[in-house]
Amino acid sequence: MLGRTANGLYWMFRYIERAENTARLIDAGLRMSLTRTDSRDEDWDGVLQSAGVREDYDKVHPALSSMDAVDYLLRDKANGSSVLSCIEAARNNARMVRTALTRETWEAVNECWIDLKHVFARKARSTDLPEIIETIKRRAGLIRGAFHGTMLRDDIYNFARIGTFIERADNTARILDVKYYVLLPAISQVGSSLDNMQWESILRSVSAHRSYGWVYDGEYTPSNIAHFLILNARMPRSLAFSYEKIVSNLCFLGQTYGETHAAHETASTTLTLLQNRTMEDVMDQGLHEFIEEFIVQNNRLGQEIADGYRFYQ
Amino acid sequence: MARKLGNTPLAFDEMMNADSSPRRPYKDYHEWYSSQDRARLITKSRDAENIFRKTGITFAVYGHADSSEKLIPFDLIPRIISGREWRKLAQGIEQRVIALNAFLDDIYHKQEIIRAGRIPRQLIEKNETFLPQMIGFKPPGGVYTHIVGTDIVRTGEDQFYVLEDNARTPSGVSYMLENRETMMQMFPELFHQNKVRPVQNYPNLLRQSLASLAPPGCSGRPRVAVLTPGIYNSAYYEHAFLADQMGVELVEGSDLRVIDGKVKMRTTRGYEAIDVLYRRVDDDFLDPLTFRPESALGIPGIMDVYRSGNITIANAPGTGICDDKAIYSYMPEIVEFYTGRKAILENVPTWRCSEPDSLKYVLEHLEELVVKEVHGSGGYGMLVGPTATKRERALFADKLKARPGSYIAQPTLSLSTVPILVNKGVAPRHVDLRPYVLVSDKVQIIPGGLTRVALKAGSLVVNSSQGGGTKDTWVLED
Repeated sequence: MLGRTANGLYWMFRYIERAENTARLIDAGLRMSLTRTDSRDEDWDGVLQSAGVREDYDKVHPALSSMDAVDYLLRDKANGSSVLSCIEAARNNARMVRTALTRETWEAVNECWIDLKHVFARKARSTDLPEIIETIKRRAGLIRGAFHGTMLRDDIYNFARIGTFIERADNTARILDVKYYVLLPAISQVGSSLDNMQWESILRSVSAHRSYGWVYDGEYTPSNIAHFLILNARMPRSLAFSYEKIVSNLCFLGQTYGETHAAHETASTTLTLLQNRTMEDVMDQGLHEFIEEFIVQNNRLGQEIADGYRFYQ
Repeated sequence: MARKLGNTPLAFDEMMNADSSPRRPYKDYHEWYSSQDRARLITKSRDAENIFRKTGITFAVYGHADSSEKLIPFDLIPRIISGREWRKLAQGIEQRVIALNAFLDDIYHKQEIIRAGRIPRQLIEKNETFLPQMIGFKPPGGVYTHIVGTDIVRTGEDQFYVLEDNARTPSGVSYMLENRETMMQMFPELFHQNKVRPVQNYPNLLRQSLASLAPPGCSGRPRVAVLTPGIYNSAYYEHAFLADQMGVELVEGSDLRVIDGKVKMRTTRGYEAIDVLYRRVDDDFLDPLTFRPESALGIPGIMDVYRSGNITIANAPGTGICDDKAIYSYMPEIVEFYTGRKAILENVPTWRCSEPDSLKYVLEHLEELVVKEVHGSGGYGMLVGPTATKRERALFADKLKARPGSYIAQPTLSLSTVPILVNKGVAPRHVDLRPYVLVSDKVQIIPGGLTRVALKAGSLVVNSSQGGGTKDTWVLED
């Protein structure tokens, strides 16, 4: 496979993942403003921060308002991480790696782009938002379905999966990074309605408010929530789950190509760390410090993969 | 011979006779069509558009920032050619393609055709598409034009003319294949009733044909790749489609590098050699060391690898000279010179404006002629006399007088028509035909091709960039 193709696959799936994550963040934000009587535009501050675009937003908009924030996150081309920008980037990458994709996967991406371009042709009214979010999730689901149902499990598949999980780990880590203070046992007043709201919002932004209830028997504690998102290897958006997938896909690549790179070492080290720590260890190190270090490591891994597999000239 | 062939409203219709009975090749189709519900056909027509859009069969129109991707409209009434008609076309095309290869071999070696006085020396050597770097070099297998798309127009029952030879990088073959695919999906019953010769094995034949011309030093299964300028190129869809269908890599210049005297591509495991490069970039952008130093698309040093016999480039650099419209005007001489026989397929009579007598005639008859740039393509920069305004003709006359050598003129042919589906039923529209030819140790002509159709009533311009559409093209088994 061409290095450029591996690069294209990796980014195609990072962008699809990012588009879906952004939609989920908006969803959580909307939910929060609906359920709170004292909802304020400032609530979107955290959403923009979690999406990693807080500073860039200020360059375009003089003030923080929910509709501007939603528009910026959904369809502003100046925002490289807006849903529309992500879908366009994903489709451009898919076009570039067209020969590596099944017809079903390509068409799912192409139709997603056609559909969303149409949806995003004008500014969304707030009444349309639930349906728009739904459309994004459904389209992303169709891509995922076509991909899993039709793609050969070879190196093409591995690069696509690695892109998905590097992005996902980054996204979950960012949400934690922005909201870590809500999860610190010392600061939070367990059981207050504000905390409950914040916790639910975190869980919603990773589509896990239901599954959390199943796993922890409905007991909302900051430590359990942090555990769920960081260390629980059954939770498909947790750091531990993401790294299990990254390591196993890198492992397949190592077997297929008969060589390993720095990336293999980095990924295994991170996975071992996630598997062997307890929440107490993490809290002792400092949740904030732990997350920050993780984000740096995750970025480094992305770079090492690009180098090892000759993504660029 | 250069008389007006006329732009009469009574063009030859390929489906219907003057007495409103269908022509023979269309008999079965016409019967089927007459029994169809119109609303259903209109729905099918929309379905087809959705299939194309969903599949991403689009092309980029340069200069349209807002709508950077367009669909080529597809008309679902097929263009049907009888087996008898096809045999004559195929013979004529084969003869012409053989002559083109012999011509290229000659002008880059002994230049006998020039010495025999059949073609002016300056027309070859002063031509910007003539590549001195190719002089004395024989490409693997002696083949210059691996893929040719001969443009043919028809004006009557037995009148076929070659309009252009397209020996450089003919495009559109993906539409031939997708049009057929779409028709078979929408109207499977038609393919039971009509014996339509298949075109779907084109990608296989292309791959075999390219692989069979790998350089002599290549051991094992030759590694073939398609070279594209990238996703923003207007024909990118086709490049990806062909690479995909052939099961070969689709590479860009940035993937390739010359290492140890071979052209290699950067893979996830390191650099791997390529034996045959089906390039869909122009000569100018092939090698910045040899041609355009500022080109970011090319592969520095690839021409050295080529000349030392370590890679096959298809089509060979320097074949573009066959697409020059002044050279085209000599095709009857070229065919006769190399094959020893008269050309089976006629050229459209052509005035070379570089010749004073011809220029005078052309200027006096602008309102009935089509004037084209010798290096032009895509229907750009041409004047269709009969439909142009007086002012357009006057402006064009100035251009002609300023640079007569850059233009040729041809009579406005009354191109044959085939009906298309319109709101109120069907209506005849002018068409042309581009069959695709593969050259290796043999010449293979795919029975079918791309039929382009001018969608505007009365229009003779079939180019997709100028409002043309396409049709599925059937060659019948008979």
